[in-house]
Amino acid sequence: MTSEQDVNPTVRGIRTPVNLQALAERITEQISQGEQKPFERVYDVSSGDPHRVGMPPLTFIRQVLAACLYPDLLKDDSLPVDVRQRARTLLDVCEGGSVGSYSLTYSGIPLIQKTIAEFITRRDGGVESKPENIIFSSGLERALSLVLHLLSGGEGQTRTGVLTPVPCPHTLPMQLDEAHLEQVSYQLLEEQGWALDLAELHRALRTTRGRCETRAIYISNPGNPTGHVQDRKTIEEVIRFAASESLVLLVEEVFQDSVLGQEKRFVSYRKVLLEMGEPYSKRVELVSLHSLCTAGMGECGLRGGYMEVINMDPAVREFINILPCSGSPPILPQLALGVMASPPSPGDSSYETFMQEVLHVERTLSHNARRACEFLNGLPRMSCVPAEAGIFLYPRLDLPLGITEQAQMLGVEPDVLFCQRFLEEEGVCVGPGCENGQDDDNFHIRICVLAPPAALEEVLTRLRSFHLRLLSSCC
Amino acid sequence: MYVMHEICSSVKNMKQLDFSVLVRRANQIKEELKQGVKKPYRELIDVSWGDPHRTGVKPLSFVRQVLAGCLYPQLLESNRLKVDVRQRAQRLLETCAGGSVGSYSDTAGLTQTLKKVSEFITRRDGGVPSHPDSIYISPGSQWSLTNILNILVNPEASPKTGVLVPAPSHCVTTQSILGLGAEVLPYYLTEEQGWALQVEELQRAFDSAKGVCKPFALYIINPGNPAGGVQSRKSMQEVIKFVSEKKLFLLADEVYQECVYGENVEFLSYKRVLAEMGPPLSETVELASFHSASKGLIGECGLRTGYVELVNLDPSVLKLLDNLFSTNSCAPVLGQLTLDLMINPPQPGDPSYPLFYEETQRIRTTLIQNVRQVFEVVNSLPGFSCQPVEGGVFAFPRVYIPPKAIQKAKEVGMEPDTFYCVRLLEETGVLARPGSEFGQKDGTHHIRFCIMTPQHIMEELLRRLSIFHTKFMKEFS
Repeated sequence: MTSEQDVNPTVRGIRTPVNLQALAERITEQISQGEQKPFERVYDVSSGDPHRVGMPPLTFIRQVLAACLYPDLLKDDSLPVDVRQRARTLLDVCEGGSVGSYSLTYSGIPLIQKTIAEFITRRDGGVESKPENIIFSSGLERALSLVLHLLSGGEGQTRTGVLTPVPCPHTLPMQLDEAHLEQVSYQLLEEQGWALDLAELHRALRTTRGRCETRAIYISNPGNPTGHVQDRKTIEEVIRFAASESLVLLVEEVFQDSVLGQEKRFVSYRKVLLEMGEPYSKRVELVSLHSLCTAGMGECGLRGGYMEVINMDPAVREFINILPCSGSPPILPQLALGVMASPPSPGDSSYETFMQEVLHVERTLSHNARRACEFLNGLPRMSCVPAEAGIFLYPRLDLPLGITEQAQMLGVEPDVLFCQRFLEEEGVCVGPGCENGQDDDNFHIRICVLAPPAALEEVLTRLRSFHLRLLSSCC
Repeated sequence: MYVMHEICSSVKNMKQLDFSVLVRRANQIKEELKQGVKKPYRELIDVSWGDPHRTGVKPLSFVRQVLAGCLYPQLLESNRLKVDVRQRAQRLLETCAGGSVGSYSDTAGLTQTLKKVSEFITRRDGGVPSHPDSIYISPGSQWSLTNILNILVNPEASPKTGVLVPAPSHCVTTQSILGLGAEVLPYYLTEEQGWALQVEELQRAFDSAKGVCKPFALYIINPGNPAGGVQSRKSMQEVIKFVSEKKLFLLADEVYQECVYGENVEFLSYKRVLAEMGPPLSETVELASFHSASKGLIGECGLRTGYVELVNLDPSVLKLLDNLFSTNSCAPVLGQLTLDLMINPPQPGDPSYPLFYEETQRIRTTLIQNVRQVFEVVNSLPGFSCQPVEGGVFAFPRVYIPPKAIQKAKEVGMEPDTFYCVRLLEETGVLARPGSEFGQKDGTHHIRFCIMTPQHIMEELLRRLSIFHTKFMKEFS
């Protein structure tokens, strides 16, 4: 029988997920079976999953997708005329006119590639994007995994390393494990609103000498979970750094649609790179990642993502093209991405409703981010950097000794213990910062604040209740 | 100098398939036809995938209606959709976090869907129990197969890991194995006996590993792809005894289990046969069974959903597998719901049942007819032969390519059956896949084409194929 020792060492090296979400689900199940708990329902705000806590989807998207799935609806007058037109156009480019067919190539449906490329070009003020550089995947993680595997190689000192921010998206560390990559941490500066510091990049890179071969740098902008928006100057510095150190840039930009307030503007890495001109624009290898998990869409369960590759070795690009097509991405999410990239225009029948819904999300997010940040900063032994963008808040906790000691005894991370007890006692699931790569005594939790305001109030109320109780029992 | 030029070496092992050349040409021809270029045919017939919707088979109305209702719940507020459709959609939405298909599910899948899948398996297997904890829903069966292989294959190991793989076998798995840094050990199915599996051949394949690699697993496809055989219980028992004796992990690809046509042919799952063999085998043989929503009558390839059930795995290995699966958030939720619909179709008495029955019967009847026609037509042509297709969605006839054609193929740098397929495409607009991609006995040649097509398409295909084949054989005689 296959034993643990027989298993591929790389797989053995994948860290065990904390997976408080499973506990949250179990508790929800128990409640539905009639078990008594100190709370009526569970709120899981640990992932960037707004629908989970009650944010509604965008009507236009859902109508178009429903019509694509069940084309009989096209005969229906109840669906707006622009919805029906859009669905027809999309069905025309599906093999056999059905979303049930495979895509023709591994990269995806050509018309959607074109739509995305046009969106990018428009967004970046005319800096042209080529459709053939767009590759779809079943979620951002799959696209990233593909690239990580292409980068991966070597053993020991020659093992490939990736410069990774701390904190980083909570799904990233496991992905690096799975691809057998060395995580080379660079600390983001909390005191400066989680800014990226070039000196810190250099320092991190220096530590890798003789330890691994660093070949890529991962950036999350706007930051997940930090909410920091990088300015053009920083982006240019990073690009120059990547160029001089021969690093591939892996840039995740999912929260680009959710910049809060007026002070900061999102600018994409590819726009800055291409506007820097040569040699950078022709030499630096860049992979930009995006997905349906934006604030506006929140369609995480549809699992759709894409990457745009710039300056990729043509042989590698071709190689991706010939990968077996039954690894090809699902059709419906590609169509969803196409709709995301090309929403209703002024004059279209769905335009008003669409804009109302988008504005509603923006206002809710803006209000919640501000409210939650004030609230958290008002709690003792807790502080929170205001988010400039994105849907998370990432407050810092000054955990009492009682918790850290108990955690040590139980063999778990203190922030995990905090989150676990919070979940069990108050029915709220937030994410422990150790999942985001935080590995020192600098404890944080991450909270998704894109939720109906009433739900957020409930989450905050329970957090205060738990946190104060904890402090009084430990101090 | 590109940083990403030095691709991981195993990944380099995956070879460029001849088929991509054919696809490119097919796309060009499609363009040319669109632009009105004159050809001996008006449209392509693409039967190169197991993709029924591509060839014109219609999706099942019930499935699409429920999914549309889940995506856009406003549809459930009117009487536009039948009551059982609305009820099912409501029920399914309740199993989704926040009542939306836009929320993540747990890594292994929606709790309710996993439960339903395990109930389905138990039902299918005459009561052999199945547990949700041993099941993982994935975006396509290939993904979970690759993950299981990932557990078993150590790319740095010396000697290399070996996986016994049938020949013929669909190439995606072979590519995955090579890409992971393992060796493929083909075992040849016996064409003249309806592509039956001989244990002696398994032994030969196992022995061929000596000095080359260490066999760790045996991959088997039942019903076969592309070989359309369905294994008998006796044959399956022999395989189980073999893997037990040689301590091999059994990977059972059973995605075509809904597609069985032979008169006295019955699909049995490896799990069932194993369980019914009793201890010690039933408690020790390690098994992973794969199923999918892409295949079968539902044919929803584009939704990309499958599942794997694990049997007799060491709990600590299961834990590691869990970690591996956790590196990807979850399978698309709509696909997971599709699985539910696949395993719990409308029942007699449900308002949707008559239409559902009519649609599935039509597909089933068409398939049986297609299978029969293919067998008759192909076997009536000299230089062409086809084993009876008992299951699966492909025909894999043998083409007796004449020596002159083989020579010509060599001159243009192609495999003989690729050459045949290229000419077939150019002259008749039929896109099939060359047998050389699937593994075949030296000196034999085959083509593979999908038989899950509307009847008129199959008739047209066979018409074009017959004319072409006769011409081809004459030209190179």
